[in-house]
Amino acid sequence: MASLVGSRVERKEDKKLLTGRGKYTADVTFAHQTYAYFVRSPHARAEIKKVDISKAEKSSGVVAVLTGKDIVNDKIGGLIAGWRIKSEDGSDMKVPAHPPLASETVNYVGDHVAVVIAESLDEARNAAELVKVDYKVLKAVVDTADAMKSDQIYKDIPKNLCFDWLLGDRAKVKEAFDKADKIIKIDLINNRVIPNAMEPRAANADYNPSTEEITLYTTSQNPHLARIIISAFNGVAPENKLRVIAPDVGGGFGSKIYPYAEEVVCSWAAKKIERPIKWVADRTESFLSDCHGRDHVTHAELAVKNDGTFLGFKNETIANIGAYASVFGTVTPTYLFGPCATGVYKMPAAYTNVKAVYTNTAPVDAYRGAGRPEATYTIETLVDKAARELGIDPAEIRMKNFPTQFPFQQTLVHSVDSGDYVAGLNKAIEAADYKGFEKRKRESEAKGKLRGIGLCTYFEACGIAPSPVVMMLGCGIGLWESAEVRFNPTGNVTVFTGSHSHGQGHDTTFAQIAADQLGVPIENIEISHGDTDKGPFGYGTYGSRSLTVGGTAIVKACDKIIAKGKRVAAKMLEASEDDIEFKNGEFVVAKSNKKKTIGEIAFACYLPGTYGEVKSPLPEGEEPGLKETSFFDPVNFSFPAGSHICEVEVNPDTGETAVVKYTAIDDFGTIINPLVVEGQVHGGLVQGIGQALYENCHYDQSGQLVTASYMDYTMPRADNFPDFNLGFTCTPATSNPLGTKGCGEAGAIAAPPAVMNAVMNAIGTEISMPATAEKVWKACKENKKTNSKAA
Amino acid sequence: MKTFNYHSAKDVKEASKLSSSKSAFLAGGMTTLPSMKLGLASYNDLINLKNIKNLSGIKVSGKTIKIGSTTKHAEVSQSKEVKKAIPSLAALAEGIGDPQVRNRGTIGGSIANNDPAADYPSACIALNAVIHTNERKIEAEKFFKGMFETALKTGEIIEAVEFEIPKKSNYQKYPNPASRYAIVGVYVAECKSGVNVAVTGAKSCVYNDKNLSSALSKNFSSSAIDGIEISSSGMNSDIHASAEYRANMVKVFTKKAVEAC
Ligand SMILES: Cc1cc2nc3c(=O)[nH]c(=O)nc-3n(C[C@H](O)[C@H](O)[C@H](O)COP(=O)(O)OP(=O)(O)OC[C@H]3O[C@@H](n4cnc5c(N)ncnc54)[C@H](O)[C@@H]3O)c2cc1C
Repeated sequence: MASLVGSRVERKEDKKLLTGRGKYTADVTFAHQTYAYFVRSPHARAEIKKVDISKAEKSSGVVAVLTGKDIVNDKIGGLIAGWRIKSEDGSDMKVPAHPPLASETVNYVGDHVAVVIAESLDEARNAAELVKVDYKVLKAVVDTADAMKSDQIYKDIPKNLCFDWLLGDRAKVKEAFDKADKIIKIDLINNRVIPNAMEPRAANADYNPSTEEITLYTTSQNPHLARIIISAFNGVAPENKLRVIAPDVGGGFGSKIYPYAEEVVCSWAAKKIERPIKWVADRTESFLSDCHGRDHVTHAELAVKNDGTFLGFKNETIANIGAYASVFGTVTPTYLFGPCATGVYKMPAAYTNVKAVYTNTAPVDAYRGAGRPEATYTIETLVDKAARELGIDPAEIRMKNFPTQFPFQQTLVHSVDSGDYVAGLNKAIEAADYKGFEKRKRESEAKGKLRGIGLCTYFEACGIAPSPVVMMLGCGIGLWESAEVRFNPTGNVTVFTGSHSHGQGHDTTFAQIAADQLGVPIENIEISHGDTDKGPFGYGTYGSRSLTVGGTAIVKACDKIIAKGKRVAAKMLEASEDDIEFKNGEFVVAKSNKKKTIGEIAFACYLPGTYGEVKSPLPEGEEPGLKETSFFDPVNFSFPAGSHICEVEVNPDTGETAVVKYTAIDDFGTIINPLVVEGQVHGGLVQGIGQALYENCHYDQSGQLVTASYMDYTMPRADNFPDFNLGFTCTPATSNPLGTKGCGEAGAIAAPPAVMNAVMNAIGTEISMPATAEKVWKACKENKKTNSKAA
Repeated sequence: MKTFNYHSAKDVKEASKLSSSKSAFLAGGMTTLPSMKLGLASYNDLINLKNIKNLSGIKVSGKTIKIGSTTKHAEVSQSKEVKKAIPSLAALAEGIGDPQVRNRGTIGGSIANNDPAADYPSACIALNAVIHTNERKIEAEKFFKGMFETALKTGEIIEAVEFEIPKKSNYQKYPNPASRYAIVGVYVAECKSGVNVAVTGAKSCVYNDKNLSSALSKNFSSSAIDGIEISSSGMNSDIHASAEYRANMVKVFTKKAVEAC
């Protein structure tokens, strides 16, 4: 049987998903179903004086109206920050209370105040309008850069500062800067974006009063985490009485890693009213209350020698984490950001200082790439600026500072096990016809257009990661992954994974791995995920970790299956275990034609007897059944890397900017399924280009979200993109047996700087993301003025 | 969505009779239904016009094209007659929204709604359209009164829109990157009476830019407007485009339209 690893197996899940046969949370309806509608704060910051539910309670079809008072009375715990960060001065981060329904203050537009549960959604919504909340409106803090100087939002949190964190060595950096020929400086805004998963968040909680068990269907990237948080922190039900099912989920991009107020409230309230409660966000609620991404204001400096050698780097960032510290809200701008801040380069000295601030905006949490796009955007635009100021080609200055020896001890934290950045950039230069750019530029100029080229060479740390390391760094959980490989008696296989697929194609990729390991046809393998009652505990999908960590757990579980299979085969074939070889799904006695297929072994394991005589195929002491579990904790992060080259064409009369050419050469280590990987790269690229050119979350000064619908929030669309030119290099990861590195976030990490460097190359001016037509037009107009003055 | 009464009218007379200040006609529903769902509008009665015979269809005579009010954007964009007589009008329809919107939205609904960023109103102004209602005929210049405001009275129903077939014409639209409505749309047409430059998206209501129109009437070339300053005063300003940017786009797109004629 030919190996499936590396082949373009079509996604098994697509038939279901593309023909409308998927089963999403909103598709689940229980008998006696009720519907929830949340009363949300219309103000960015206010004290709640009084909540009057008397009218709403009497409204037609209403089953219950619950408020923050009920949460307090029932001692339901608040939402949590999952990662503890310490400030440079050693003090702990400061975290405000975050009750699932507010009873004292509301802190962003969309904050949850009450829930109305009714026989129908319309009745719930109509009654919600009758809930009268008496607010004392306070001045909102909205701006990231000014947050520390603005009104104090929480009594115990001076300067609205969650933490002031440092990674690196200020003294060493000072020394490096003192020796520099030149200091390159840059001020950047990493614009806030809204995740916009295709499927809005939803929950459906069913309570069985006789077993006291809650079943919660939810749109989660991580059902096991949802269960442990809702049990251990919110105290809704013990873990053994809470089953969380994340069925088909339509995208997450980070925003569905952790439970929100709605899941907690629906689970708790279902128990109270002893009826199932369904809540499905409408699109406006998604805009308002899904955690947002990015939102950094950064000043960074690079110390260089005149020949382009980097000497030192500093990054001073203010990160807006929104109104509350969300589950990964504190790690995203610290350990997911800081260690990658120096990029792919040799950098003798560096530090990253992050001040995380609270504002009256939706919480900010992990969004595709989480911290690494922000880091990469900073270093890569800074490196381009250095190239400009030193008069060195952007490709050359990068080459000059690449490490060439691996493992490479990166400046701030990571020991990068493998990579070949020189080969990657060379391949990209070739694939993008970098040298032919000047000719294309002249052709564009002949049409009255400006053309620019931009590079980004990135690495990222993903596949998170060794549990003792992340827990030492403040993580509240481990980050290993589980797999259970279960042979059914008739020889087909179900693989349970603790990771979760919500677009990533695990049903296919994981089946390819299991098929290769076990020699079982891929059609006979089913991947099961997303149900805490089915497979073992796991940590879900984010941080490009599923294949590297979860896939490896599958390999390890398969190894255990094969080990047992050998013992059984030895007994059945009357040979010594050492003489049994396993190949292509068969256990063969060496130098003979005696063999048993793995299916026969499975059958024997489940039916361990013989008709007419008392004889077991199992060796003495061997348990029946064929099912193995593995928990894999990696020894290191994995480090995908790549070189992306973007070309844009700008119409100086209108500022319209088109990406006309995009080349991405990535090193994801071993590639299991190129088709799936290319899909992931495409998705990442459009989100990255989206952030660079189109997407922008805009709050006005009073904290109202202006971009709360698709009329105002610009999603990138298919007609915004050229065909992407993708390619790969491969240096296998050494930290897992598959050699994989993770590919889900790469596009979103690399694209923003590649695009912005191209735009700035075209127009010759620094501008901020998103490079909208008007901004680009204004920059072109300014340039024209200065140029004509100079002439 | 609040509950409402649904009526399907047999003819224009019945539809008109059913209407009140708390009703809306239902044509494509592409504006009415989303606003009701979002809670921005609520009506006691919705009166469906789609089952009324003769309100839909395209008729070309020697000098004009007459389009029935419930004719869908997709029908206009694909019509051979329209493509032949006024290709820019078919192209305009092709550029409205997305396929779903074009397969339901109607010309009558679009102009009755008079969204400041809608496309059709510019065609009406540029092509000296006459709006036929159940009560009278209204010239386009007198039809569009202001933001979401028209000359229509309660119970008045658009039956058709009649466009002059111009010597040449072109429509250029800079779509809002999010909604794809017009941030600025410029419809240039050379008609019998002279050149019209109709602008949508830029101000609170579609308008005929008299300076541009008269300059082009004298000399139909893009350089003819080089010296004309477009003032940004009165122009819309929002997160997508400032008044200054819109003013620039009016000029750039007028030139582009002239060059494409
Ligand atoms: C996603 C989306 C994108 C869109 N993009 C664009 C765009 O790019 N450009 C653009 O121009 N438009 C756009 N539209 C609007 C679209 O063209 C609508 O179809 C149009 O505005 C309304 O037409 P309708 O037939 O759907 O009217 P309806 O929604 O049914 O009715 C709208 C209003 O017109 C009145 N009305 C309808 N028919 C008549 C009649 N015969 N006589 C008197 N009054 C009548 C109704 O009473 C109602 O008040 C978009 C809409 C959507 C949903």
